[in-house]
Amino acid sequence: MSTATRTAPARTDRPAPGAAPVAVRHVLSRIGRYVFLCAVLGFFALPLLWLATAPFDETPTITASLPRFTLDNFRALLDNPYALSSLLNSVYLAAGTAVLVVTFAALAAYALSRVRVPGRDALLYGLLLLSSIVTGTATMVPLFELAFRLNLIDSRLGVILILSGGLLPAAIFILKDFMDATPTSYEESARVFGASPLQIMRHIVVPVVRPGLATVGVWAVANVWGNFLVPFLLLRGPEKAPAAVIMYTLYTEGGQADLRLLSTFSLLYSLPVALMFVFVSSRYGFRFHGGIKR
Amino acid sequence: MAPVTSPPDQAVKGRRRATGAAPDAAGLGRARATGFLVPGMVLILLFLVVPAAWTIYLGVTNYRLTGLAAANPEVVGLDNYTRALTDERFRSSLVLTLQFVLGSAVIGQAGLGFAIAYALRDRRGPLRRLVEGFVLLSWILPSSVVAFLWIALLDRDGGTLNALLGIPGTAWLLDHPMLSIIVFNTWRGTAFSMMLYAAALENVPRSHLETARLAGAGTWQQLRDVVFPRIRGHVLTNLLLISLWTFNDFAPFLITAGGPEQRSEILPVYVYKVALSGGELGFGAAISFVMLLINLVIALVYLRMLGRRKETA
Repeated sequence: MSTATRTAPARTDRPAPGAAPVAVRHVLSRIGRYVFLCAVLGFFALPLLWLATAPFDETPTITASLPRFTLDNFRALLDNPYALSSLLNSVYLAAGTAVLVVTFAALAAYALSRVRVPGRDALLYGLLLLSSIVTGTATMVPLFELAFRLNLIDSRLGVILILSGGLLPAAIFILKDFMDATPTSYEESARVFGASPLQIMRHIVVPVVRPGLATVGVWAVANVWGNFLVPFLLLRGPEKAPAAVIMYTLYTEGGQADLRLLSTFSLLYSLPVALMFVFVSSRYGFRFHGGIKR
Repeated sequence: MAPVTSPPDQAVKGRRRATGAAPDAAGLGRARATGFLVPGMVLILLFLVVPAAWTIYLGVTNYRLTGLAAANPEVVGLDNYTRALTDERFRSSLVLTLQFVLGSAVIGQAGLGFAIAYALRDRRGPLRRLVEGFVLLSWILPSSVVAFLWIALLDRDGGTLNALLGIPGTAWLLDHPMLSIIVFNTWRGTAFSMMLYAAALENVPRSHLETARLAGAGTWQQLRDVVFPRIRGHVLTNLLLISLWTFNDFAPFLITAGGPEQRSEILPVYVYKVALSGGELGFGAAISFVMLLINLVIALVYLRMLGRRKETA
């Protein structure tokens, strides 16, 4: 930004700039860009430093510093009764939700893509809008109430169902985009050879839109893995709580936080989503396409 | 709902491929198609539409978590709403929420996200991957982990920030709670805007920028006259989504829990405290409904602007 103000006078002086000012301007804007990018890098890396150093430090403090290397801190994880089981709970919630969301969204998206349901687009956009404005926070009271009536308080199934309901509209929307983009000729020829719709779905449509299903699955897992509010509202007691909730209780409850436990647990809890992200971005590229881009 | 949904509908039509709408290639039939739709729709209806409708009903009752009103909630009409509108705590919470959305979403995330995307636009190689990697990392890590990372960063005595700046003893979370969560949320959510603008900037022809530069246009002029008109739709979509997300964001609760003295108590935190900690479910639902209305207004304003863009285009 600063380059713009610096170069402004040069421009008004010379409507058709000569070679020298252009070169100077070019260099200045390059320098400005590098400075800006380094500042950005610092801003985004700074909070993450602690996560990289503290788990391996013999005496972890709140300050990020060069660690005296040790792996002993990871033993604290085994000593805590809820640390490892909460990660399993997270896996359970994330896998359950992802399976539900991918299956139901694929079925619905396929039906919406291939059959003219009256009011299809209005329905889809209405639901998408609803899902983006009716988030967990604005409806936490009735969600709590609903879970109470359906006997889903302190039930992991309840958390899975509620999270699925919230993720489904966007998932259907994304998958319908993928389904619309696949040619229908395979399905037509399969039908000529007498395949039933479910067979066509399983053997032809699913393999073709597999990248779309993977995208939605990964997106659902990432959403559930980090979700704090819904399990925080619905699950009582630490036995069923996922890592998001246990993490929060580790630094808010019981006086002085155990930094060995906190740092190693943070790292272990963050690692799966970070690895998933690396995998997805190296395989498919972490770019927008389809639904959001235009 | 109809007027709400039509503008994006039109926006998408132009992109839809001709092959997309081929009717029923697999011989699904209307009955089976309905069968395919039912499981998903039941979940959406039960856990999305019903809670939304329920919010409206609960908002006019004096329902409580415990006590007499828990057994026999009474309809109290608009009492909850008049109480909310005259409540000082609600009004200050609303103002804080607007500050939060404006500061961290509209200015912070969209501004920084665009600036990063623009600075990286014709760059490939390690620097780009490094910057993008860190920005994305801050976006994908679980919120309770990043919340603690920020608590540690801003800690009064041992925080890395104070150590770096050489000003130990500055209690960022106590003295500047709003600023802290605004900067936090900017850090947290910039990745989405960055990626969206990076995709959008690829649609701006390089030759147009080159022509403008040769004609002597400065950076601002290039942005205003060449870049912005072409990505206006992306900007509006981006602002719509991040405003809604930020408005409903619960993550600041993990850092400041609304404190100190409710000075960072944005609406989601306020609802949580009133309804679930305080047990006043009816009053909390009324505030939730006000939040839903505000969300709807935000969505309508942006969609209206998006629709106007389509008409003029």
